[in-house]
Amino acid sequence: MTDSHSGPFIAAIDQGTTSSRCIIFDRDGRIVAVDQKEHAQIFPKPGWVEHDAAEIWRNVQEVVAGAMVKAGARRDDILSIGITNQRETTMLWDKHTGQPVHNAIVWQDTRTDQLCKQLGGDAGQDRWRRETGLPLAAYFAGPKIAWLLDNVDGLREKAEAGDLLFGTMDSWVIWNLTGGTEGGVHVTDVTNASRTLLMNLEDLSWNADIAAEMGVPLQVLPEIRSSSEIYGEVTGGTLGQLLGGVPVASALGDQQAALFGQTCFSTGEAKSTYGTGTFMLMNTGEKLIHSESGLLTTVGYRIGDQDPVYALEGSIAVTGSLVQWMRDQMGLISTAAEIETLALSVEDNGGAYFVPAFSGLFAPYWRSDARGVIAGLTRYVTKAHIARAVLEATAWQTREITDAMTKDSGVELSALKVDGGMTSNNLLMQFLADVLDAPVVRPMVAETTCLGAAYAAGLAVGFWNSTDDLRANWRRAAEWTPDMDPDLRDREYKNWLKAVERTMGWLED
Amino acid sequence: MAKHIQSLERAAAMLRLLAGGERRLGLSDIASALGLAKATAHGILRTLQHEGFVEQDPGSGRYQLGAELLRLGTTYLDVHELRARALVWTDDLARSGGEAVYLGVVHQQGVLIVHHVFRPDDSRQVLEVGAMQPMHSTALGKVLTAFDPVAHAELVEAKREPFTSRTLVELPEIERVLERTRSQGYATDLDETWEGVASVAAPIFDRHRLAVGAVGITGAVERVCRDGDLRPELVAAVRDTARSVSRDLGAKPF
Repeated sequence: MTDSHSGPFIAAIDQGTTSSRCIIFDRDGRIVAVDQKEHAQIFPKPGWVEHDAAEIWRNVQEVVAGAMVKAGARRDDILSIGITNQRETTMLWDKHTGQPVHNAIVWQDTRTDQLCKQLGGDAGQDRWRRETGLPLAAYFAGPKIAWLLDNVDGLREKAEAGDLLFGTMDSWVIWNLTGGTEGGVHVTDVTNASRTLLMNLEDLSWNADIAAEMGVPLQVLPEIRSSSEIYGEVTGGTLGQLLGGVPVASALGDQQAALFGQTCFSTGEAKSTYGTGTFMLMNTGEKLIHSESGLLTTVGYRIGDQDPVYALEGSIAVTGSLVQWMRDQMGLISTAAEIETLALSVEDNGGAYFVPAFSGLFAPYWRSDARGVIAGLTRYVTKAHIARAVLEATAWQTREITDAMTKDSGVELSALKVDGGMTSNNLLMQFLADVLDAPVVRPMVAETTCLGAAYAAGLAVGFWNSTDDLRANWRRAAEWTPDMDPDLRDREYKNWLKAVERTMGWLED
Repeated sequence: MAKHIQSLERAAAMLRLLAGGERRLGLSDIASALGLAKATAHGILRTLQHEGFVEQDPGSGRYQLGAELLRLGTTYLDVHELRARALVWTDDLARSGGEAVYLGVVHQQGVLIVHHVFRPDDSRQVLEVGAMQPMHSTALGKVLTAFDPVAHAELVEAKREPFTSRTLVELPEIERVLERTRSQGYATDLDETWEGVASVAAPIFDRHRLAVGAVGITGAVERVCRDGDLRPELVAAVRDTARSVSRDLGAKPF
């Protein structure tokens, strides 16, 4: 029995889209304490989403202090602090006052749609895909910086004069932790930098040509560092009293942190996080793979001065949110978990297929003219069959992403590590294993994102010695093994693809 | 047939009154419609309100049907909801206890496993969600039988197979064990279902104090027992987990 928690510990800060959290982990990777605080979502106009970065920094300090109290930990118990963050959310602050000069523009914000179209010009959205691995889309940070400089009075002048600093949330938190205006370090890690549309994937440096085209002065950009190294020490402020001198030793974008927390350290290992939407990342090793199938190429992580590890990323817009839609819009179930009860009341989907292309088809199709379809309806079909089709939709969409990853990388998926809320759905997890024809594995620590940041921070200070140590910590909570007749699988997949076809071209310009 | 209970008849009449016509009624409307003194009507309404069958609008003071009434028809806990709520707690139990964790509910004279967390080592294990376990010999089954009258009725009916030399099959013996289970708040299974395997389980309650399931830890006798009984720290960990899940389901601390 190893239930007593005694130090030393690692603290991980998760600066997420809706809240900031701090989790303290012990050497076995077990959670010792958690504290969490939500921040305001600001919607100035339709399609615009902002955060108050000053509020976020206050919350981060509170949750770190809160988690320390709950853990009963003292300064000497905490060997290092790691950071994981909502990716792409963009802010600028004045380096002399330490104050944000505008609200942060959140990753979901679509105000840079037009700007991205202009930047693409004749080359279209793939103009900088070769260099950056990304399509020109409103999510990414670079165009958001340009928007702020061009639309907020006085910012461009201040930027040119060298008074402004840019950061994603990792940079903002690290700069403040390490002293802010009193010598705070202005850095970002390779994973966060790989979401700006400004970094060369090849040599992990800022691309001056793209920055110039976009109108982003190089002096606002942070220094690009690895995901696991000591950036500086906690200094000054309330946290300085609590944790002064503790090394700040990791930064990873949230999805990359989950890849790290799931210990996907070998080529071909992949994780998929099932929330309202789904993010799947596959480790492709030291090889940078340019996707031919509409996936993103991104940096998975880089440990200290080791070679960077790249990843392919596929996202699915609608997974858990389809179950919510069944509950809130259709009223067919009263809780999300009930979808499984309803689905289990029948043997199969009764011939129905549900393609939730609510806002178009994403990877690997990228068709914005598509809309959702329920195909194969007959008098026989009941709401229980539709419930099955809802769950199956998540599995088939995952299958399409894994097929694209296999095609791009030439690596067959050996097993899929899953996390997120939908992993409590046993029927879905079994069906996922069935259609992927690969084992689906759930780890014992659900908080893989924070765990990844803690792991990277612990590696940097020698709390753990190697990724092998971390693997030894990984515990399987459940495993679903494929059990489906191959002919049936092929037939069902064909039907799914037929249904997908029927979503396309619904919108006409 | 004996005389009917008057206050229950009056309460039923009130519910019918609130269900038809105008949805919100004041105290004097209700009292006069049913020919009752205001104080009498108020007493009954307050009782109904306490049970959640009637709600009072804080602004106008008028009464309407309560949400609890709507829930009555479908008031079972979905087992998948139970699993979703139990997930983090059972993961932690498996991790701290170092053994496999099972969550079970009553189903057709047996225990249906609705959630299973692997023993946290690298050994090959098969997910047992959907499997059935016997009611009279397992720790999960004993807990459910002790705390859920429906399960108890099932056990009396069921065929009680002797799986090992230690399995209890005679009702009086089993009743004594159930009595102990109720007083100590947990049940154990020492070699009673499978040779060499022991387990301990505790009940999960919902907000009405109904036992909706049981959670337990199972492992080899050599690992989970000391001096011929379940290790006390495992018993404590299982009971903590059951309390945590119950709390998440809205059960009051006890």
